[in-house]
Amino acid sequence: MQEQEIYSALNEIFRDVLDEESITLLPDTTADDIEDWNSLSHIQLVSEIEKHFNIRFSSREIMMWRNVGEMVQTILSRV
Amino acid sequence: MLTYKELRRLQKETPSGLPCKRIALLGDTATQMLTIALRGTGVSLGIHFDIWEAEYDSIDRLISDAQSEFLTQHFECVILFQSTHRLLQNHARMDNEGDRAALADNRLAFIKHVCTLPQLCSTPILVFNYPEIDDSVFGSFACGIPSSFLTQTRILNAGMCKLAAQQKNMYVVDIASLQNKYGRDAMFSPSVYASTEMVLSLEALPHVAARCADIITALSGRIRKCLITDLDNTLWGGVIGDDGLENIQIGHFGIGRVFTELQLWMKKLRERGIILCVVSKNDEQTAREPFIKHPDMELRLDDFAVFIANWENKAENIRQIQSILNIGYDQMVFLDDNPFERGMVREHLPDIVVPELPDDAALYLEYLYSLNLFETTSVSAADSLRTRQYQEESARRATASSFVNEDDYLKSLCMQGKTEGFTTFNIPRAAQLTQRSNQFNLRTQRYTESEVETMAHSDMVIPLCVELSDRFGQYGLISVVILKKSEPETLFIDTWLMSCRVLKRGVEAFVMNSIIKKARTAGIKRITGAYIPTPKNNMVSGLLPQMGFALTKTDADGTQHYALNVADYKEQKCFIEEV
Repeated sequence: MQEQEIYSALNEIFRDVLDEESITLLPDTTADDIEDWNSLSHIQLVSEIEKHFNIRFSSREIMMWRNVGEMVQTILSRV
Repeated sequence: MLTYKELRRLQKETPSGLPCKRIALLGDTATQMLTIALRGTGVSLGIHFDIWEAEYDSIDRLISDAQSEFLTQHFECVILFQSTHRLLQNHARMDNEGDRAALADNRLAFIKHVCTLPQLCSTPILVFNYPEIDDSVFGSFACGIPSSFLTQTRILNAGMCKLAAQQKNMYVVDIASLQNKYGRDAMFSPSVYASTEMVLSLEALPHVAARCADIITALSGRIRKCLITDLDNTLWGGVIGDDGLENIQIGHFGIGRVFTELQLWMKKLRERGIILCVVSKNDEQTAREPFIKHPDMELRLDDFAVFIANWENKAENIRQIQSILNIGYDQMVFLDDNPFERGMVREHLPDIVVPELPDDAALYLEYLYSLNLFETTSVSAADSLRTRQYQEESARRATASSFVNEDDYLKSLCMQGKTEGFTTFNIPRAAQLTQRSNQFNLRTQRYTESEVETMAHSDMVIPLCVELSDRFGQYGLISVVILKKSEPETLFIDTWLMSCRVLKRGVEAFVMNSIIKKARTAGIKRITGAYIPTPKNNMVSGLLPQMGFALTKTDADGTQHYALNVADYKEQKCFIEEV
């Protein structure tokens, strides 16, 4: 799977969970850039991403991501 | 069931004007997402749950300080969610066996303390019980060690059952049962817990919120009272008309045990006061045959209040049941294996609850268990007599049709009425009536048992509990009036409600005469009352003027205020003899 496909899947998940159609994720996007992306919605995002790609993140991974790019790298290494 | 995502979306756009419930949620772990799930569940039921969420892990402080922001507010309901995880940590940190062995008792004492605080003792307290965690410190041997965590958790959960039986304002939110059903791995997500300290998984949240909402709505009178069931392939396997008596599956034949257990479940529901009815597309005689002749049937004809077997439209038949039982469609559940019949009933009677039974009858029961259809917040001894009372009602109807003149009919019933105050015997049923009566109810004030008990001891309250019987049988307690002394020589009708089973018997005239008698004895000169309109109580909008009251004021919300001078009262015509 290409990085680009992952980004477009993530865009859809983020838009759906956070109810915000304008979200476009970039490698350096962080929670500070997106309203409503907080510790609560993060759990929901993680759960939807896991379901979508049929993977499981470890709690260490979930805690370590500093931006969307790192999240995408984790996903890439799994699918 | 809606997902967490859907609930979250729902609560974001809570429509205005929904009835509101003010609720406090106190937890010892992260509860923000449970709050969101509860709000969403509320919206899906047409209620605005206005939730005050206690600061993280502040329960002990909030409870011990009378000036705390929690104890100084009023809530209609308090939810107390203490987690098994915290319990486990506390257990582990204890340094001696004796403390560990007393863990359950300590928690029980704490719960009792919360429920009996003067600020909370008449507020319903919903207390989460403890889904088990097997910490595997002793293996299965833990069961034989009184101080083990597993044993203490089980003692605690059993102790909560006992406590709930004594403590009238305590309601257990049985999430341990949810874990039994869905499994620990579904209820709890270790990675979610690690990052947020939330002990419920995203998938568990809607179920947990639903169990809370079931109790909260039952407290305000939303309960199911009646189960209407189809016969062929619902109550037994096969089609009685085609297969014949010997070949239907029940008992040991085919997958008969599935239907046997379904019938046993219904029998227990009937014993606890759920009214059972049959609506079946069959010839009546054919449909009745298994109940009379088949040795393996658990249910018999006298378990049913109304039995309808014909070839008419089922929605029409259910309308007929409604006219006999006089309860709302939203209080009925309809079971049918046939998707067409289910769709038809849903379309014509949108309020009725129609479970989407699985195709495979083997799955019926577990599916029905999962719906928690019959939540209640009180049971009374009278509940189990209900089926007989409706059977008596059918007999009355048969008699009524032979009279042309209504007065003659009422006289022929030889009705007897008895009025008394609140007693230890009638308080549970009286409280239940305040919670459940929606139609004949002037002000729809809901009271818990403990609140009624408080009123029973107050000098400012004159209660009237009315029991009725006639030559066909006992109705039991059917009307409750709560009169409050508002000013010297004035009584205010705080509550006047009546069970709809006794409509058109002239009970309201009997009650009004009794109110006046009480008032005269107490030296009261004036009686005031009000009608607060709800979507369901239009039938009493004219009750007070009919009894001679004069309208004094109408509020913007439609509430009508009335008054009556006791001296002006004209005795109402009534065919009920006072005993």
